[in-house]
Amino acid sequence: MTDTPRAAGEEGPGPDKGYAPESGPGSDSDADSGSGSGPDSGSGSDKGLDARLVVHRGSFHLDVALTAAPGDVVALLGPNGAGKTTALRALAGLTPLSEGGRLRLDGAALDRTPTESRPVGVVFQDYLLFPHLSALDNVAFGPRCQGVPKARARAQAAAWLDRMGLADHAGAKPRRLSGGQAQRVALARALAIRPRLLLLDEPLAALDARTRLEVRAQLRRHLADFEAVAVLVTHDPLDAMVLADRLVVVEHGRVVQEGTPSDIARHPRTDYIAQLVGLNLYRGQAEGHTVRLDAGPEITTTEDLGGPVFVAFPPSAVTLHRDRPTGSSARNLWQCRVGGLETHGDQIRADLTGELPLAADLTTVAAAELDLRPGAPVWATVKAAQTHAYPA
Amino acid sequence: MTQPGKADAAADVLAGGDTRGDGPRRRAGAGPRRGAPLPLLLPALVGLAFLLLPLVALLVRAPWAGLPEQLTSPEVWQALQLSLITATAATAVSLVLGVPLAWLLARTDFPGRGFVRALVTLPLVLPPVVGGVALLLALGRNGVVGQWLESAFGITLPFTTAGVVVAEAFVAMPFLVISVEGTLRAADPRYEEAAMTLGASRFTAFRRVTLPLIAPGIAAGSVLAWARALGEFGATITFAGNFPGRTQTMPLAVYLALQSDPAAAIALSLVLLAVSIAVLAGLRDRWMTAAS
Amino acid sequence: MTRSARRTHRTRPLQVAAVGAAALLALSACSSSDDPGSDSTKSDASASSSPKLSGTVTVFAAASLKESFTALGKEFEKEHPGTKVTFSFGGSDTLAASITGGAPADVFAAASPKTMAIVTDKGDAVGTPSTFVRNQLEIATLPGNPDKVASLKDLTKSGLKVVLCDKTVPCGAAAQKALDASSLKLTPVSYEQDVKSALTKVELKEADAAVVYKTDVKAAGDKVEGVEFPESAKAINDYPITLLKDAPNAAAAKAFIELVQSAEGQKALTAAGFLQP
Repeated sequence: MTDTPRAAGEEGPGPDKGYAPESGPGSDSDADSGSGSGPDSGSGSDKGLDARLVVHRGSFHLDVALTAAPGDVVALLGPNGAGKTTALRALAGLTPLSEGGRLRLDGAALDRTPTESRPVGVVFQDYLLFPHLSALDNVAFGPRCQGVPKARARAQAAAWLDRMGLADHAGAKPRRLSGGQAQRVALARALAIRPRLLLLDEPLAALDARTRLEVRAQLRRHLADFEAVAVLVTHDPLDAMVLADRLVVVEHGRVVQEGTPSDIARHPRTDYIAQLVGLNLYRGQAEGHTVRLDAGPEITTTEDLGGPVFVAFPPSAVTLHRDRPTGSSARNLWQCRVGGLETHGDQIRADLTGELPLAADLTTVAAAELDLRPGAPVWATVKAAQTHAYPA
Repeated sequence: MTQPGKADAAADVLAGGDTRGDGPRRRAGAGPRRGAPLPLLLPALVGLAFLLLPLVALLVRAPWAGLPEQLTSPEVWQALQLSLITATAATAVSLVLGVPLAWLLARTDFPGRGFVRALVTLPLVLPPVVGGVALLLALGRNGVVGQWLESAFGITLPFTTAGVVVAEAFVAMPFLVISVEGTLRAADPRYEEAAMTLGASRFTAFRRVTLPLIAPGIAAGSVLAWARALGEFGATITFAGNFPGRTQTMPLAVYLALQSDPAAAIALSLVLLAVSIAVLAGLRDRWMTAAS
Repeated sequence: MTRSARRTHRTRPLQVAAVGAAALLALSACSSSDDPGSDSTKSDASASSSPKLSGTVTVFAAASLKESFTALGKEFEKEHPGTKVTFSFGGSDTLAASITGGAPADVFAAASPKTMAIVTDKGDAVGTPSTFVRNQLEIATLPGNPDKVASLKDLTKSGLKVVLCDKTVPCGAAAQKALDASSLKLTPVSYEQDVKSALTKVELKEADAAVVYKTDVKAAGDKVEGVEFPESAKAINDYPITLLKDAPNAAAAKAFIELVQSAEGQKALTAAGFLQP
């Protein structure tokens, strides 16, 4: 896949030239917007996506602001039922925006534009490849709907499949394709309409673990090549971090945190994110190096802060003792009780209750020596150097 | 790549359930065959016998000697031809009107939809003769709509071949609508959404995606409707009357032959039976299996 | 066979009731006038049937007899307490087929000698059937006769929608006989499967005229207008009645046939439009 061509860039791949005018729906709306339709993309603030997705449905309320520049890959990350898919459907026009919502793409308002007229491509969670059409005709479907003559649409589709490394499967019906192949056909189908916004709904969820690894790497390359805005929805932090430049974490229909993958991994702000990235997270009031946690005890940190803060540390930073350690340099010492134990890779993850509820990782040997079992009393220490405090 | 063992292949096609999966298509039936349990087998065989016995009796008592004479009579061919033409036309009418109606019932939400669905099935429970009278009251020369049809367009339906088609379509269309609506409900509406994100209007999505997906249901519904139209008697004779070559279809010819010459009636029934079996068997092979 | 039975039930219950009521009135008028002076018919009937009549009499009768026979059945039950008359009305040929097929009936009243012959040929009748009434054809036109139909020939006018009974049923055969006798060629819009559906087409104004029986025109009341035509004399239908060989209740059946042929019975039948034999 070293020769993966640019998806739909200005310098399209060889086969694309000559028969595929650079006038997909995306370019059209570009021109319609009347602003900066030249090649100096990225400079104008109205390039890319600017949306506030408001959807009220029964007792569920979604209100998510989303902006992205062309070339950005944004991941909407959140637990099931957080409203990610609703947000995606609203972007595609499959669910109407409620009062207060707005949606602009490359400067053009899309709020009232019906789905079929939006320059938006969607890769659905289970791909929804039309079972009665071959892979080629699935990909040619979009161009055909846009009025491209049949022969030319099929030639374009063939070029797309070629880019995806699926030239040999052009004639296959979807049921004959493997999961990874189907995913790539779905991607080609969405890209074939030259969208200005590409939406991917749980793009890897339908794949088994082994295929997933490979497809994730391929998808990452294709997304990196995509010159317009891509928004993907996932509940898998790994997918989000590998594929996206920026994460938007959604819980209960609201954005709870937003930032680069590394920023979010280091500075979680909700229990959900902390759990996703595997950190112990507490809220408290800082006074110099001491933070009084809302949960009860104090904790000493290296940062010198004041006011409301978050404190985070990894489970591996916790050391457990059978008896109260004497002469320990650790100032953060709490008496706990083992709530539960589970294996976590080659480690044991202990869930502790007591003064401060926390998760601790330790080796199997250590666990055996400590004679850990549910209900056993333990002392937990955390070195200040291994904690991380940041303003809330 | 283990697939969750979902329903059978037909359901897969309808629901578009399986678009992935590179393993061998799981066909559970390919394994060793298991005997049917007796509580199912027994009533099944009784049911089969119940359905076939009258046909067998027809064959046993058929006046085989007089059959060639019956089959060469021009009246019989006239009636048979008219039956085939009108049943096919009625099926076509049912398709053009019934498939969109089924879509409306399955895919849109409007107040009183359940009631409308019940109304659609009304011709199924209505005695056909009553249906014929109702058609006369609606589309007859003095009918609610019929008088307007005549004054505005000079169209009169009773006693015409078109009237036969109307009567047959009235009785046959519910079969098609119910069959197609069921298939539509089982089909995944998200395919239409996927088509729309690719630039297809709702109608294009229906035409190019939904229609092929529900083709097996449409085929099954058409066959049912056609068969029902072919055997239609009550509504036809009441609405369109009985005139050889114009409105006398095979069932009418059979009924009237029964009044004077039961042997001829049996012969005519056999002809109708043979033709419908030939057509249905032919279609079944072509359409039903094409789906899988 | 169920079809024709159903059709018969369906036909204008109001008219049926009206005619039935009229016939009953005529009957009761008779009997009340008979009552004071010990009357001949009644004493005859009771004298001829020395044992007291009881049980059910099952009468298979042509559909056109429905109104008058139903009234006569009521009268019979009144005259012979403890008896019950049940009817099966339908196409004569269908009824004949049921009888030869073993249906348990006491009396058969057919609309044509031809259908009666089906039963007698099989030896299912007792004695020779006797003609008890006759029915004559009449033209039924729309109320007020807007097309000014005055003769059978007028029906051949182009633009006139005429329905006939199919030649396989008695009214159609009779109409054809009348047409042939006057050398007329008539192309109807439809050959209906029975007389009632021919009449219905005129009642619903779908057809301008139909050739049906006098009794049917009468039963339809003012929904159609009858036009007599001389050619109908050449195609008069005889209605034969007979006791059946396997009659379960032969005594009562005989009494019922006597009632039909009596002065009272004839009065009820002519009131419905039948001609005396």
